Amino acid sequence: MSILAILEQRNGVWNRMSWETLSAARQIGRELGQPVESAVIGGASLAAQAAGRVWAVEHPLLDQYTADAYTAALEALIRHANPTLVLFPHTYQVRDYAAKLAARFGRVLASDVIGHRVEGGELFLVRQLFQGRLNADVRFTLGPPNFASIQAGAYRAEALELGAAEVSTFTPPLEPGAVRARTSPPFRESQRGVDLAAASVIVSVGRGIKDQANLPVVEKLAQALGAEFAASRPICDNGWLPMERQVGSSGQTVAPKLYIAVGISGAIQHLVGMKGSKTIVAINKDPSAPIFEVADYGIVGDLFEVVPALAEEIEKAKRS
Amino acid sequence: MKILVAVKQVPARDAPLRIDASGRWIREDGLSFEINEPDAYALEAALQLKEKHGGEVVVVSAGPARAAQAIREALAKGADRAIHVEEERLENWDTLGVARLLARAMEGEKADLILTGLQSDDLGYGQTGCVLAELLGLPHSTIIMQVEQLDGAVQVKRELEDGWFQNLELPLPALLAVQSGIGKLRYATLMGIKRARTKEIRRVTAAELGVEPAPALEIARVYLPPKSKQTELLEGSPKEAAQKLVERLRFVARVI
Repeated sequence: MSILAILEQRNGVWNRMSWETLSAARQIGRELGQPVESAVIGGASLAAQAAGRVWAVEHPLLDQYTADAYTAALEALIRHANPTLVLFPHTYQVRDYAAKLAARFGRVLASDVIGHRVEGGELFLVRQLFQGRLNADVRFTLGPPNFASIQAGAYRAEALELGAAEVSTFTPPLEPGAVRARTSPPFRESQRGVDLAAASVIVSVGRGIKDQANLPVVEKLAQALGAEFAASRPICDNGWLPMERQVGSSGQTVAPKLYIAVGISGAIQHLVGMKGSKTIVAINKDPSAPIFEVADYGIVGDLFEVVPALAEEIEKAKRS
Repeated sequence: MKILVAVKQVPARDAPLRIDASGRWIREDGLSFEINEPDAYALEAALQLKEKHGGEVVVVSAGPARAAQAIREALAKGADRAIHVEEERLENWDTLGVARLLARAMEGEKADLILTGLQSDDLGYGQTGCVLAELLGLPHSTIIMQVEQLDGAVQVKRELEDGWFQNLELPLPALLAVQSGIGKLRYATLMGIKRARTKEIRRVTAAELGVEPAPALEIARVYLPPKSKQTELLEGSPKEAAQKLVERLRFVARVI
């Protein structure tokens, strides 16, 4: 009876979300009265830097990530260690294999969890539905092991007594033939021309703009403020603005002193990229858009009327 | 190459959501529905592969009778035929159950490639593809930005975090969960809509496929998210609201 937190490293560098996941595991563990263990795959030299009881999962086939090898390795560890609950950080890597692992046990990964509560000894996990417009409490209906992944920033990383880990090495029985993908090393595309992270004011545009031809409406506001012009994912997916101007989990993470979100509903993938901004303004026609949950100031209205009016008022203020 | 594309019909993005009497799902009356956008990108990737290399694109969708509308749209965009797993109350199924339905419906097709979107805009679990690959015993990869067909394999470009990417090669048959933005979405043409009427939609039910819901994860309650911040809403005409906002940004927040 324990909770197993899966820590993530790449090339010997920890993913920070690992500590948030370990903290989530400890909070849930305290409330359910269960001890917490963690596991790191292919990072034996790092394992000792973690905290508590740690499994260092080691095998030559785990040096480069593949869904097949990671799934088989964790399947073996779970059968060996018998955790009741396995928690993952909701990273791109975890999204690639954790649901497959859960399915192997006839379970469903409760993915992208933002919180939890324990009621009468039963664990309820909180998830977002409909792009953050509703929340849901979900529960596991079958016995252990169960699986969940934790959204970035949902839990604050506790002060951990890192560096005093008690490490056990686990070598899963992996067969070379079981790994079907042939991988190449990760690469980065040409350096970004736009460093949104350095901007102090950002005006960002989303789906509400409807057409590429309408972009100048919002760009004028950015110019009036001397702001960087950015966008949510769908705008870049459509090719209306280059990918380097995208804010969100798959784009850049920003924390300017002023962030103005225009016609952006506020799907979680966008919010994680900008919710650290000092002051957030949302302009949207839908009063129930999740962007208003993180905004300091909101204007509910037609962006094609509000944005030009705002640009004009800002120009006026500059002259006064 | 025979390509299967899993497509889900979801409530339209701007559809007003109301929680139903059970408190565990939403009311569907008066809602409009559309193809889950990430799945539209999977379909687009499939159609582009077919245009380049030939072959067949088959749409597979699990959902109630209304999902036929999404299926017809996919056929109008260029898919060749469709399989509709008709199930009226899909909300009683978890992702593993739905993946079992799709897997059973796909098994006999002997596809070379199966494409799915990355996640659904309603439940957002982001795992149907990954689980489907496990059930069908196929290699898979997710968050795919590019697909090149090789001899008996595909080379794909996968997105990692922070602007990193990775190329990998998977032997066929394989499953790919496609990232939104993989290509520019096409619209159905009038000719396409006309042609879609004559295309085959094979209907099967869960009972015919021999699959039961048996959920491992269930929704206990849905509710409006609590606000994490107190938002000050600025009211009035666009000009009045803009004036109030500028005043606050200058003198309260002091950010301009």
